[in-house]
Amino acid sequence: MNDKIIETEKLLKEYPMGHAVLKALNNVSLSFDYGEFAGVVGPSGSGKTTFLNIAGTLDSPTSGLCRVLGQNIESLSSRNAAELRTKSIGFIFQTFNLLPAYTVFENIEFPLLLLKIGKDERKKMVADALEWVGLSDRSDSFPKDLSGGECQRVAIARAVVKKPKLILADEPTANLDAENSHNIMRTMRNLNKELGITFIFATHDEKVMRYLKRKITLVDGKVDKDQITEESDKGEKL
Amino acid sequence: MIIPVFAIKNTFRAGIKSWLNAFVLSLSIVSIIWLQGLYKGMYDQGTRAMIDAELGGGQYWVEGYDPYDPFSIEDSHGKITHVLSEMIKEKSAACILVARGMLYKQGRMHSILIKGIDPEQEILSIPSGILKEKNNAIIPALIGTRMAKNSGLKKGDIFTVQWKDSKGVFDAMNFQVSEVMKTTVQNIDNNQIWISLNTMQKIFNMHSEATIVTIKKDIKPVNAGLNWEFKNLDFLLQDMKTLVQAKTAGASILYIILIFLAMIAVFDTQTLSIFKRKKEISTLIAMGMTKNKVIALFTLEGMAYDILAVIIAAIYGVPLLIFTAVKGWKMPAGTDTYGFALGDVLYPVYSLNLVFWTLLFVFILTAIVSYVPARKIAKIEPAKILRGSTF
Repeated sequence: MNDKIIETEKLLKEYPMGHAVLKALNNVSLSFDYGEFAGVVGPSGSGKTTFLNIAGTLDSPTSGLCRVLGQNIESLSSRNAAELRTKSIGFIFQTFNLLPAYTVFENIEFPLLLLKIGKDERKKMVADALEWVGLSDRSDSFPKDLSGGECQRVAIARAVVKKPKLILADEPTANLDAENSHNIMRTMRNLNKELGITFIFATHDEKVMRYLKRKITLVDGKVDKDQITEESDKGEKL
Repeated sequence: MIIPVFAIKNTFRAGIKSWLNAFVLSLSIVSIIWLQGLYKGMYDQGTRAMIDAELGGGQYWVEGYDPYDPFSIEDSHGKITHVLSEMIKEKSAACILVARGMLYKQGRMHSILIKGIDPEQEILSIPSGILKEKNNAIIPALIGTRMAKNSGLKKGDIFTVQWKDSKGVFDAMNFQVSEVMKTTVQNIDNNQIWISLNTMQKIFNMHSEATIVTIKKDIKPVNAGLNWEFKNLDFLLQDMKTLVQAKTAGASILYIILIFLAMIAVFDTQTLSIFKRKKEISTLIAMGMTKNKVIALFTLEGMAYDILAVIIAAIYGVPLLIFTAVKGWKMPAGTDTYGFALGDVLYPVYSLNLVFWTLLFVFILTAIVSYVPARKIAKIEPAKILRGSTF
């Protein structure tokens, strides 16, 4: 049990749609090891985002079990869930969601401030994160002055700066051109290798899928396929 | 500590919207301080003038004296006790005899108060020295500018006064205006004439009697005898205090309107901001902030307008307030009717206390107005918001 970063059992998430009920996730049982570079793929409305929301403690399941970093998220108080996110989970969003009033440096520094890390250490960690994503020269810029690719790299730096155990990335390349998409994916794959951070993606972008070591295909809220890709280190189908 | 820092950064970097809100708030702050300072100045100035010209360090009143009851004035006189006499001799007190009379001028009749005061007294800032009689023919009298205006008297005019002495005998004599004194204190001016105490005691048959004995400032009152009761400045200035409070309350409508407008601006901005920044709020929650912390952040953002407002108010308000404090505020015609001592120019008095309480008042109001819309954050579901644009 302890070597799994995420475990779900018969995960069910229903949304009321007028008089009907939409099953966004239907009996999803999955597990992810520490250090995985995996993706939940599938068409729009297949439940990818709902899965990431629940795994990220931003949403709760209707029924079933979801353990993230050893904690049952159904029983977590909102305060404990916030603490778990602060310490151990990073998010990367499709539209970057950078804080517009803050500079690149301040955006990346934000999670460290929430962790109450000292000024000198913070400065060093932000500098490291900027170096990882190749934006050391843009630390004083504001998000409005950056390109889409640069914004996403800042978002990645913000997610990895605290060296979380888990990063959840939803369609991280959806707003980027091909070249930037590859750059971003390469950056994340390197961070996965160097820092051992678990990356879980929700995507339907082929460019992203090529980098994944494991692909879980969701269709109508159910797991359709769970496969180790050709580039996989393990080379076996789960 | 990080939340206040974020709040200040967000507000300071929000551009023109923040500066506009802060400017409206600063107007309220400066207006409140100015108006309150003006009334404080009015009270201080009036109080000072009344203490100097009328009240000194307090007054002994003869038993039964009531300045608001004209019918009791006739009987409001009594022998000056030994204790009071000693104080008067030592120039620590000045006595005043008050009686009613009728003034006849150009065929018209005015009901007046006649007040006798020792020309040698040094307690009150009344030019009583000119009441020293040079001959017995005509009694010199002193009147104030309001009395001169109302009665049509001017310096050198001779007029007739009729009165009833202590034995109930009517008598009349001619008085001459020796001086028209300029005073802001209506209680020593309106419908009254001042004459020498000795003369008044003589013509009213009230030898060694007085109605009021005013003591010097900073003199400790003593027991003056059975028929005399000491009235301290708190008591004597109570009417003045009440009047200023009434005027202050009346004027507060102006800054209530200003504060209301400023608060509406802050409330609107906060409500809009929360609506527009739902994605940002959700991102903050996703990064690990609790909803309560985000509510605190947005409440503090609203309160950060106060900091901007204080900066703006300091830029234009401080020179403006200093200018009015030094140059004063010229009072319009008709302030005679205010009912208390007002000079031609009013000098506002601003204290640190006044600034502190005004700022605290505005800060508390802004906190409430910022908190009310920020509470909506508790209802935000970040998963739904982020799903809309991202997840």
